[in-house]
Amino acid sequence: MAKKLMKGSEAIAEAAIRNGCRFFFGYPITPQTEIPEYFSERMFEEEVHGCFLQAESEIAAINMVYGAASTGVRAMTSSSSPGISLKQEGISSLCAAELPCLIFNIMRGGPGIGSIQAGQGDYFQAVKGGGHGDYNMITFAPSSVQETINCIGQAFPLAEKYRMPVMICADGIIAQMMEPVELPEMQPYEVDPAEKPWAATGWDPKNPVGERANVTSLYVETEQLDVLSARLQGRYAIIRETEPQWEAYNMENAEIVVTAFGTIARIAKSVIDELKDEGINVGMLRPITIWPFPYDAVREAATQPGVKAVLDVEMNAGQMLEDVKLAINGAQNVDFFGHCGSHLPTVDEIREKILSMREE
Amino acid sequence: MAIEYKQTQLLTDVPRHYCPGCGHGIIHRLVAEAIDELDAGAKAVGVSPVGCSVFANNYFNFDMVNALHGRAPAVGTGIKRARPDALVFTYQGDGDLASIGAAEVVHAAMRGEKITTIFVNNAIYGMTGGQMAPTTLVGQKTATSPNGRDADWCGSPIRICEMLSTLEGAYYIARVALDTPAHINQAKKTIKQAFKYQLEGKGYCLIEVLSTCPTNWGMSPVEAMDWLSENMIAYYPLGVFKDKGAM
Amino acid sequence: MVKFSIKEELCKGCELCVRACPKKLLQLSPDKLNEKGYHPVMITDEEACVACGSCFRTCPDTVLSIVKE
Repeated sequence: MAKKLMKGSEAIAEAAIRNGCRFFFGYPITPQTEIPEYFSERMFEEEVHGCFLQAESEIAAINMVYGAASTGVRAMTSSSSPGISLKQEGISSLCAAELPCLIFNIMRGGPGIGSIQAGQGDYFQAVKGGGHGDYNMITFAPSSVQETINCIGQAFPLAEKYRMPVMICADGIIAQMMEPVELPEMQPYEVDPAEKPWAATGWDPKNPVGERANVTSLYVETEQLDVLSARLQGRYAIIRETEPQWEAYNMENAEIVVTAFGTIARIAKSVIDELKDEGINVGMLRPITIWPFPYDAVREAATQPGVKAVLDVEMNAGQMLEDVKLAINGAQNVDFFGHCGSHLPTVDEIREKILSMREE
Repeated sequence: MAIEYKQTQLLTDVPRHYCPGCGHGIIHRLVAEAIDELDAGAKAVGVSPVGCSVFANNYFNFDMVNALHGRAPAVGTGIKRARPDALVFTYQGDGDLASIGAAEVVHAAMRGEKITTIFVNNAIYGMTGGQMAPTTLVGQKTATSPNGRDADWCGSPIRICEMLSTLEGAYYIARVALDTPAHINQAKKTIKQAFKYQLEGKGYCLIEVLSTCPTNWGMSPVEAMDWLSENMIAYYPLGVFKDKGAM
Repeated sequence: MVKFSIKEELCKGCELCVRACPKKLLQLSPDKLNEKGYHPVMITDEEACVACGSCFRTCPDTVLSIVKE
């Protein structure tokens, strides 16, 4: 497959379509608006023949996804940080109703209206439950447009396997930059009622086959809610065990290990490559799924013989830092470098931090 | 010629939890019968709200999807867009539709979504114990307007039918009531017409049904029906506000 | 001939049917209580019933069913 130079937002939308997504509901918000814009044209092309709808709000959009997903089709929405905050009740309810779908957060600087440049301050919201109740979502944090496309390829199958929404937390950089990418083949998607007996695909009360659909997030009797909770927590346990994804980079005889995710990890890689030429070996452990978090992999990297310290680098006040510390649990000292909002840490700043850590 | 009045197959046998004399039970039957008579049970998908009728999933005997408070029109939109051949309706109370869900219902109507909304207006929040709703009448005492709704303080009730009928996307908008058997017959005919229009692929239809809440109105079911006749119909006139099919 | 059947256990004694019956044939049974503690509806004169269905239409719980051959 030939590579194609594409803007992140457009590659995201095209990849979703090629993975069978035929229903997109969204709302304008910088820096992700090119995603709905792309869909608004592409979805109506004969080859796709899908549905794009601009909703009246991010809240309406997530609930439209809820409706479409309840019929078994592959549905998606995207937004940026403040918009994702508006969707939290919907996300919690999608988890409770066990409805597979894809949610994109093109993160921008927060809190509040914040900025329209890239940000990473939504980590907690994404993986520690921005909505109410005990729920989790498989959440990817890609660091390139190509990796985002690969995550989309996994998203719908995982969502359907575990009957949950899957979130991809990219950031404004990924959405706005152009990179040569390889797109998957076009893949239509037909709802197979046998595969999704829970879906509202039509049920005839006059000659009933199987059960009628009862898509709900209401479990008003404690015993009923216990049954749901056991089912959800059971899945989450399996996912924590089998689905974490990460990248280990330049870990051979590393003396310091950097932990970072998303595009900030690419900046850290530049520092690592630079220092390597100067004979200073710094490794990196980059979570690709920030839920399930790769605790074991982070711990192993941090306690690898020769490693003296871990440096967590993020564009926030230190959110993934807490999971890094949880993974390491005191077995290694952990330092942090980062800026809040949409203030990118630079190669020189990270380099300086690493060099100062080596002197301690 | 045999006449038979018995429960339609499109209602389950689950006893309904509604308070004695609550209009929900009647409306459930009208909706189920209308769909049954249109032979559309197999393609029906009902969207239940948050409110007393959040339990409607247990009562309608066809595919049901429960929506978050106020969001049923958006959920219904998603369902109908995914299954254009389905008969999709949202069933909502006045707190759900006219308060938190006001934007959703306005935009579903603006877009001319090919769905039907059954809007139950009983001028109060039932499930949470009788608080003031956007449709609570001026002077009406509720748990959050203990001295009677004060128009200077929090405005006068909203007339949803009149409002939505100004939208081009609205195809059939009508208000009916449950206070007499004749009105109930009219309500059924109106609801059935809305579903018929949907099956013909027409635009957005909403039927507002004036109903009662004996428990939270602090009246007997019979007194509540009389109160509806004497007070609600005056403020919420019955009739068809828009019918593009009849033009 | 009209056959009137009442699912007494579903009745909540709301009396809407009593109000709706044009021939005033319905009332709550004064002495009987159903499991929920309501006085279920009863028909005083089944012969006089013309099966107009008003009671059926106004009953929120489809307690009544009427068949007229």
